[in-house]
Amino acid sequence: MLNFPILTLIMVAPVIGAVIILLIPKERDDAIKTVAAMASLTSLLLSVAVFFGYDRLAGGFQFQEDVAWIPQYGIGYHVGVDGFSAPQLVLTGVVTFAAVLVSWKMTDRPREYFAFLLVLVAGVFGSFIALDMFLLLIFYEMVLFPVYVLIAGWGSKRREYAAMKLTIYLFVGSLVSIIGLLALYFQAGGSFDFFDLQAGIAALPNSIEIQRLWFLPVFVGFGVLASLWPLHNWSPDGYAAAPTAVSMLHGGVLKATGAYCALRVGVQLMPEGAKFWMPLVVFFCMAGLLYAALIAFRQTDLKYIIGFSSVSHLGLVLLGIAALNELGLNGAGLELFAGGVMTGLMFALVGMIYERAHIRDVRELNGMMRVMPLAAVGFVIGALTLMGMPGLPGFPAELQIFMGLWDAAQTPSVMFAGATNSWYGIVAIAAVLSIVINAAWTLRVAQRVYFSEPKDMALQKLPRLDALEKTAIVLMCGILIVVGLLPNTVMSVVQAGVQTIMRGINTAG
Amino acid sequence: MGGFFGSVNQGNAAEWLGILPEILLMVWGMVVLAADLIGGRKVSRRALGITSALGMVVILVIAIIARPAEPQNVLGGMIRNDAFTLVFRVIFIVAGALTCLVSIDFRPLRAGGEYFSIVIFATLAMCLMAGANDLIMLYLATETASFSLYLLAGFMRGNKLSAEAGVKYFVFGAVTSTIMLFGLSLFFGLGGGNTSYQAVAQAVSNPDLRVPVTFAALLVLVGFAFKTSAVPFHFWAPDVYQGAPTPVSGFISTASKAAGFAILLRFMFYVVAPGQSEVGIALASLMQPLAILTMVIGGFLALVQQNVKRMLAYSSVAQAGYILIGVTALAANPSDPANALAAIIFYIATYMLTNICAFAALGMVEQRNGGSDYAHFNGLSRRAPYLALGMTAAVLSLLGAPPLVGFVAKLVIFRVAISVNLIGLVVIAVIMVLVSVVYYLNVVRAMYVEKSDTDNEPFYVPAPTGVALLLTSVAIVALTAVSPPFWNLAVEAAQSFLPRL
Repeated sequence: MLNFPILTLIMVAPVIGAVIILLIPKERDDAIKTVAAMASLTSLLLSVAVFFGYDRLAGGFQFQEDVAWIPQYGIGYHVGVDGFSAPQLVLTGVVTFAAVLVSWKMTDRPREYFAFLLVLVAGVFGSFIALDMFLLLIFYEMVLFPVYVLIAGWGSKRREYAAMKLTIYLFVGSLVSIIGLLALYFQAGGSFDFFDLQAGIAALPNSIEIQRLWFLPVFVGFGVLASLWPLHNWSPDGYAAAPTAVSMLHGGVLKATGAYCALRVGVQLMPEGAKFWMPLVVFFCMAGLLYAALIAFRQTDLKYIIGFSSVSHLGLVLLGIAALNELGLNGAGLELFAGGVMTGLMFALVGMIYERAHIRDVRELNGMMRVMPLAAVGFVIGALTLMGMPGLPGFPAELQIFMGLWDAAQTPSVMFAGATNSWYGIVAIAAVLSIVINAAWTLRVAQRVYFSEPKDMALQKLPRLDALEKTAIVLMCGILIVVGLLPNTVMSVVQAGVQTIMRGINTAG
Repeated sequence: MGGFFGSVNQGNAAEWLGILPEILLMVWGMVVLAADLIGGRKVSRRALGITSALGMVVILVIAIIARPAEPQNVLGGMIRNDAFTLVFRVIFIVAGALTCLVSIDFRPLRAGGEYFSIVIFATLAMCLMAGANDLIMLYLATETASFSLYLLAGFMRGNKLSAEAGVKYFVFGAVTSTIMLFGLSLFFGLGGGNTSYQAVAQAVSNPDLRVPVTFAALLVLVGFAFKTSAVPFHFWAPDVYQGAPTPVSGFISTASKAAGFAILLRFMFYVVAPGQSEVGIALASLMQPLAILTMVIGGFLALVQQNVKRMLAYSSVAQAGYILIGVTALAANPSDPANALAAIIFYIATYMLTNICAFAALGMVEQRNGGSDYAHFNGLSRRAPYLALGMTAAVLSLLGAPPLVGFVAKLVIFRVAISVNLIGLVVIAVIMVLVSVVYYLNVVRAMYVEKSDTDNEPFYVPAPTGVALLLTSVAIVALTAVSPPFWNLAVEAAQSFLPRL
């Protein structure tokens, strides 16, 4: 197993799938979709193998592959996963597979649609496994343009506006991160390798100043993709316009890469910078959570509601990261996974309604329970996950994030010398409240859409869910329930990764 | 001049081997011409075009096999045969072969034997430009290449725009080449009657001559700026690109531009030695404003175009600006010259592949949809999905989006600029990249978002053009992953170029 390039295969399988799809004549719809499903299933199964093959006791980075690529520039093909990224691979596999299943009815240029979708997925997998920062940037950027084409070409309302807005936001964000990374690369000895860069930055004579200078651009640049308030504005518009599969992938997985890169590149490379700037990040996260909770009340468009719940979910993840302690990071890792599946599930369910009824306004929908009972169950499970209901994975995740934040409140502040971060406690309380409000509103929406008395008879005549859609719902709900009941399956892996990360943060400075 | 005849009389085989690719190109050009004349109707134009391209590929292989182990001066020092020359030969011959393929089915062109032989002669002249190590060779090679291109630009005899393009290109070209010739003649005089770069360089390094030498260098620079379409000598570019047959526009915007950079680099570093003499410093300090102007003006003018061909023309001006960043970095502080020069070479080579791909796709759209406005690209993803994908790959690579090869090229250029502290220049370049998102993505938007009335009509892409498109677009996508050998080749070329510094 040691020399088997399993991580590369996970990333390459969608690319191969995309190439095969492009070679299939466009009339052969089913063949195209089958190949897409096979490619994503391959990645999913391999990801699961990596997840269970990850040695929890050893921790650290495993399944590493390191090949020199452009040695003159210190660029290598170096990939590996730690406990933090391994669950995210499974998340990506699950959401991708489900996304392919729910877009089986795509009739508009399916060949290009699935090819772009798979390239996007390859970029996401690549971002999670890259241990060379140059490679990471390539994968990270590789995602942007397929998303533009997919939203602009296959989206719904105001798709061009939303696609361009999203692309420009994310492109500018990534450029800011790239500039920060290049600056670090030049100062820290000219290697893009994660470990070399980490050691190089720590060994700089003015290391602390450099870290404080470049942390914010790098963290915020990636944070744009994780919809860090106030730079989240692209997100609800983008999701509202995107086709279902893209909303699922973007909301569930792509945003996760933003938070993941913010942690991996921002916090891990520049722990001193992180310690200095975190109060600011915490403030932004709190503002984002409250904002999302309040704004969701004004929304009647189902996709906007889910879009804001995904902003909430990522706000929680970033809060967990900002706590900078083991509890917080554990929570963030689990929340990334659980919230990702939750967002993917919710967008899939909204898509199922919209593609049948062409209505997304909550006020016009009613009695959908009778049409798609399974979807109603899925929607409630998703909302409860967001709310942090015990028995679902949102509970252990959010609990740890809030406890981590509470713990962090006792630590002395670096930014405001002499004070402690005592106000983190207030943030934790505000965050809990905002999540409850948001989830309560989502449940109320569920009541209106699914469980109300059927008024519109046309809605009752809509086609029922087909087997593929049911499979997708059951797959995602099943994972939420299993991980909710046995959180330790994921927690033990996350913890193994977080311990290494924390060692790096604590030894710095 | 005695050395020239003397060395040839010695009959040194290595000397002739040094210009073997050029000799073969000349012979091949004549064979193609003769085949058309003698064969008449028996030789189909299509077969002629394919054979021309294949023959060039064979010559390319021979050129690579026959490369010298050590850099050598051949023909009495008129040509310098080093890895730098070789890499540019590869660029020109690949561009020439692809242009032949793309031209075959460009109907209005009616490309026959004379067309393909002119493409081959232009390629030959560009190869000589890359190797030119002598004032006379520089001028002769440049003029031969230019005249071939004037003919190609005006090749669609029945088309007013094409005729206008040919004449306009010729008038601009003639004026700038006269100015350049004046500069070269000054170098000849100041250089004590020598024509060889090395001898001239020695003579003009005399500090007393700095004022006239600077003046002469500026005049020569005008010629180079014209060939590379750098601002303010870019005015010909949009009109010529728009009027010329599209495959020829592709050829002019890539091979001819590359040749312009080849002579610029060789002349600048072999004759005036930037950073080492006062003239060199003066010339080097000109490169930065030139780069900025070229990027900014090219970029913003590309933004306001309604026609994709004109947009690509201005975008090629902007691309020249990015290459000039590399030249600025190289000239400003040649502390790490090999990497800087390699970055320039890498950029030029990848840009060649990308732009030929874009123009090939554009040529197809122009023929089938009757024009090259953005509107003519509407709904292309439905009618011709592969063509749309190829065009998407090309424009995204021009933009510099990862993982396409254009990203690697931009990154290495920016890296060398940052390593000599040209931060401001890189910031401007990054802003211009952001601006270019809009005009490049507009093409993608037209193809994937817009609809047209002809969505369901078939869109036939003939095989030779299809092959050229496939090769270039696969290269654009795959070269990133397998770039190291090519990068090493660029570094090798840079090192064999540099001992003169």
